[in-house]
Amino acid sequence: MKNHIIKLLNQGIRLDGRKLEEFRQPLTVEKGSFPQAEGSARVKIGNTDVIVGIKLETMVPYPDQPGQGSIMVGAELLPMASPDFESGPPSTDSIELARVVDRGIRESGALDFKKLCITEGEKVWMITIDIVPVNADGNLFDAASLGAIAALQDVKFPVIDDNGKIDYKHKTNKGLPLNKVPIEVTVYKIGKDFLIDPSRDEEKFVDARLTIATLEDGTVSAFQKGGNDALTQEEIFNAIDIAVAKGKELRKLL
Amino acid sequence: MTQGILVKPKEVVVPGEILASGLDNLPGYGTYRNGENIHAGMLGLTSVEGRTIKLIPLAGKYIPKQGDVILAKVFDVTFSGWRAEINSAYSAMLSLKEGTTDFVERGADLTKYYTFEDYIVARITNVTSQNLVDLTMRGPGLRKLHEGRIISITSCKVPRVIGKKGSMVSMIKKATDCQITVGQNGWIWLAGKDASKEAIAEKTIKLIESKAHTSGLTEKVKNFLEKETGIKLEVEESE
Amino acid sequence: MVYKREDGRKLTQTRDMEAKVGIIPNAIGSAMFRIGKTIAYATVYGPRELYPRFLQDPSKGILRCNYNMMPFASSGERSRPGPNRRAKEISLITEKALAPVIDLSKFPNAVVDVFVELPQCDAGSRCAGICAASMALADAGIAMKDLVAAVAVGRVEDQILVDLNYIEDSYEGGTDLPLAIIPSTGQITLLQMDGVMTKEQLKKAFDLATVTCKQIYEIQKAALKNKFGVQAQ
Repeated sequence: MKNHIIKLLNQGIRLDGRKLEEFRQPLTVEKGSFPQAEGSARVKIGNTDVIVGIKLETMVPYPDQPGQGSIMVGAELLPMASPDFESGPPSTDSIELARVVDRGIRESGALDFKKLCITEGEKVWMITIDIVPVNADGNLFDAASLGAIAALQDVKFPVIDDNGKIDYKHKTNKGLPLNKVPIEVTVYKIGKDFLIDPSRDEEKFVDARLTIATLEDGTVSAFQKGGNDALTQEEIFNAIDIAVAKGKELRKLL
Repeated sequence: MTQGILVKPKEVVVPGEILASGLDNLPGYGTYRNGENIHAGMLGLTSVEGRTIKLIPLAGKYIPKQGDVILAKVFDVTFSGWRAEINSAYSAMLSLKEGTTDFVERGADLTKYYTFEDYIVARITNVTSQNLVDLTMRGPGLRKLHEGRIISITSCKVPRVIGKKGSMVSMIKKATDCQITVGQNGWIWLAGKDASKEAIAEKTIKLIESKAHTSGLTEKVKNFLEKETGIKLEVEESE
Repeated sequence: MVYKREDGRKLTQTRDMEAKVGIIPNAIGSAMFRIGKTIAYATVYGPRELYPRFLQDPSKGILRCNYNMMPFASSGERSRPGPNRRAKEISLITEKALAPVIDLSKFPNAVVDVFVELPQCDAGSRCAGICAASMALADAGIAMKDLVAAVAVGRVEDQILVDLNYIEDSYEGGTDLPLAIIPSTGQITLLQMDGVMTKEQLKKAFDLATVTCKQIYEIQKAALKNKFGVQAQ
């Protein structure tokens, strides 16, 4: 119950005995979990378990970017992962998850979209990143975005013939090097306290949250604020400090 | 084929497994006879009583039983009472009469007694053939819960958490200085003054849940609690 | 020229199999079943109250199955998320494959939901889904007469073989027969066929499937017992 959680937070401790700025353990990142896909990864934070799969297709480039490929991020909150998820068309939660992960990658300069060009003006690669939580026990944002970066690092381009036909059964050795490694960390506010990596039980009582993507050099590359409460500037800058420090921890796992 | 009971007691068996052969034995709870053989009809732990072989369930949602004291979570307030979730396939009804001894005027605001998301300790007074469940708050120990946390375990593991004559739960209470109320439906209320001790109590209960089917459980739990809390414990009864 | 399997397997040999139970803590019951590269997860939620109301059966609970491939699961292009006709049909036959062993008489008006999700598909996915689903139902404590095991048998040229891979599945002029069997009685709960078979070939195929499903049952049984730290004999 919320009062109880707040009482514990005032003592600097969470329901499971963790400190406020501590990730659950075990925290694992596995690349290539599903080798049939062009890229894949699986991230587990405590009981939260998220699979990310990447498929590559070719497309005609957008007229204003004839020499660049593109990415698309999708997320599905399947009923398998939680009694709270329902079957049916994508919920706003799943759309927000996909777009927040997308935001952390697209404008960060991590990907050189020109490297996705096959024939300028005619054919480019389209990378689709699909996020599928397998067990949802809180903090899907961090698990999903970490998984997306890991899956991108795992990508191997499939063989493509001169006519542009893709042979999905055979992969080349060519990968997708990332120029930068953005890491998203979400800072959550319950009452007056700020914490990271809530479990599903804790997440129910979150008043506000701020997802922050940071790069190796400490610059911020994306924001997403959620929740019903407002945040002060001071709170936001404190959250950024947390995100940079925790981002460094997560980046080491890649 | 060999006759008689083919499995040891306290063995984990899966649906379809042959438990006994021949016509000498009787199929008890969770088992069924098909011709010469008695088969397991669920995932369970074998138990032999005389000529009857039955299974103790190892999993499954709580099946409401009259007389059970359970924890319930209010999710709806109506004109005539409250509806609550009870960790089962069905929800339960707490009527005005059973909810309070106060005289309540027609149209009064019932949320001042119990409101959404409140947890209560209640007793099941009736379960109909269509699995409609009635609750009462009238009785010793039945009350609204404040503070504390609720944890959920599989309801068939509850007897192991309680222990013989309450010995297991008493040991946890003593070691962690927590109040614990165990509902027959697998929901458990836990409240302590020290947050880290509360976390230990929760870990202990989860440990019991995962090892409920093993022997020497009291010893395992005692060792776990001593290691986590540094307190020496005495075991009153071994199981 | 006698047909030889391109992956070197004997006609009666399945691909490598693996099973695990209880892998998704949020679900009441869960399991993973892998055969070759095909991986199926199954999760069970329920019994729980069934909405919409008009679907409720006052005499017993109902079983509701949903089969889905994750977008990156295919061995070819990405599949668009959301239900499609093939998935809807497989959902239905999965439910029919499991219904004969399930007893939901203690849960009128309720539903037991089974979600079969595949992160990787390389032929044999509907059968893998059924194998995973039956373990997950047992893990959920549902009353069941037996588990259900499933495998695809078939014919390539005039050879009867088990566990068709992608090439054999799409072989010109061949036959694909997914089958699900109740191990203790040998009864068949799923039967589909694409292609042509003589009666003799069918008999051989059924026998091969029965033997294989008994092997699969042992793997399912071991996985369930393993969850409790018990090594099966």
